[in-house]
Amino acid sequence: MRALTWHDKHDVRVDTVDDPEILNPRDAIIKITSTAICGSDLHLYDGYIPTMQAGDILGHEFMGEVVETGPKSTLQKGQRVVVPFTIACGSCYHCGKHQYSACDNGNPADNQDIGQEMYGQPMSGLFGYSHLTGGYAGGQAEYVRVPFSDVGPIVVPDGLEDDEVLFLSDILPTGWQAAENADIEPGDTVAVWGCGPVGLFAVQSAFLMGAHRVIAIDHFPHRLELAKKFGAETINFEQSKTYEALMEMTGGIGPDAVIDAVGLEAHGFFVDNVIDQIKASLFLGTDRTHSIRQAIHACRKGGRVSMPAVYGGFVDKFPLGAFMEKGLTLKTGQTSVQHYMPALLHAIVEGKIDTTFLISHRMSLEDAPKGYKMFHDNQNEVTKIVLKPGFAVAAQ
Amino acid sequence: MTIATDDAPSTTSKLNEERASGIAAVSQSRGDDLIGRSVTINRPRDELFAYWRDFSNLPSFMDNVEQVDILSNTTSHWVVKAPAGRTVEWDAIITEEKAGELIAWTSAENADVPNSGRIEFRDAGARGTIVTATIAYDPPAGVVGKVIAKLFQREPAIQARRDLRRFKQLMETGEIATAAWTQKQRDEEKA
Repeated sequence: MRALTWHDKHDVRVDTVDDPEILNPRDAIIKITSTAICGSDLHLYDGYIPTMQAGDILGHEFMGEVVETGPKSTLQKGQRVVVPFTIACGSCYHCGKHQYSACDNGNPADNQDIGQEMYGQPMSGLFGYSHLTGGYAGGQAEYVRVPFSDVGPIVVPDGLEDDEVLFLSDILPTGWQAAENADIEPGDTVAVWGCGPVGLFAVQSAFLMGAHRVIAIDHFPHRLELAKKFGAETINFEQSKTYEALMEMTGGIGPDAVIDAVGLEAHGFFVDNVIDQIKASLFLGTDRTHSIRQAIHACRKGGRVSMPAVYGGFVDKFPLGAFMEKGLTLKTGQTSVQHYMPALLHAIVEGKIDTTFLISHRMSLEDAPKGYKMFHDNQNEVTKIVLKPGFAVAAQ
Repeated sequence: MTIATDDAPSTTSKLNEERASGIAAVSQSRGDDLIGRSVTINRPRDELFAYWRDFSNLPSFMDNVEQVDILSNTTSHWVVKAPAGRTVEWDAIITEEKAGELIAWTSAENADVPNSGRIEFRDAGARGTIVTATIAYDPPAGVVGKVIAKLFQREPAIQARRDLRRFKQLMETGEIATAAWTQKQRDEEKA
């Protein structure tokens, strides 16, 4: 089959590799019909995530048709399914509590050593996201092997297009969980750093959860426009001072809840951020963290901090004093996608959540390397690229 | 002599005397290195005990154990992978058994790698069962052998942790997770 493979920083290629096979009883093989490039794929593209190996197949947002099933799979050939990016067994203690991203068993035993050493306990497996998360082949390919197919994939009802439901795989549940982690109360003002897909879904979700006002922060005009469409007020941090603007817009109180949907590739020439970039290039620290610092600084006393943004390692200059003195609460984590999928699918069917607005480009899987470069170089206009293995290759 | 005053298991002790008492607690212990690993498995105690008690099941989750032949109710013959494509073999004797609770074993005289250990099963309420493996062993060919073993990822402390994870996976999910996507890749992983 054809598959998008990682080779090095800024070097991804479409290669011909072996087709996947059923290996365990609960497996299924999915023929991919749509797969998206995620903002967090750019972290891999930029070489920020350790434990990548040349030839790794990327992609953790995908859906398709069931073409083969293991004896214990509950799926049937021909069904259309969206696959959650978290690989969870459904039978361990954490899955029982719906903490699917903390599944004990989704990550192969040998790979769990890395997470155990880095984080104290290993996390679940993820598709196409380094060997830290299992080393599973991703879905930016013609076919993919899906473990625990009786727990993860959700069957798509007839009449829904791929583009309407594809984002159930990651970014919609991630944006929803981000808003849920902000413990929004009626009348709240919620500030969201980053108007990428997760930030934009967090904006929509926050309103659905009863936020009175949502303030979206970014520097890409087109992305701020999209946030505005969903009713958010905006701050362009290249034109306005974020902290001062937030304080004035909230009558000197600060936002009740803050959501960092930016993470380790924060843009902007702030002093601490530039220092972080220098350190990252010298391997002195892996994570660049301006947005979370600013969010903590701006958050009102006793407020809530939600951090869907991806961080991998250690940070310094974390404002622990402000965090303690103001009595803030922080909630974060990889998304427990399986927990949110059914309700969010229902919300899509009911028309309560719009997903297709996000897609700016559709292209063939063969054009994926071009897509990565476009997404990396032009984040204003490129909001979401969906790869379709069946699509014709664009003319050069 | 310093004896720890805390409640931490002797396998986690920094004190040599405390570790020695941990080794002594393994019945008929052989060897002077001690490993302890616990894992919580979301299955009933009796079910886990029964699977483990049939030693011929052990190669299904112990990566470096190639084969276990049952010789009698208390004796078995083990063939275990060693570095550089070698295998080591020994007879194991069950020295203590409490149904549903514990199994202790020791290697017979003249074992290639003298070893002994115990596996214990304790109820953990709604979380299932806490399984604790305590292994006392002599590393092959002393310190150099241990370094070589580590390079080949056959270092017993790492191996024990991984084997317990695989046991948990098999008991909780009915299969052992693999990131391979072809049978060929999986066979190479196991080799």
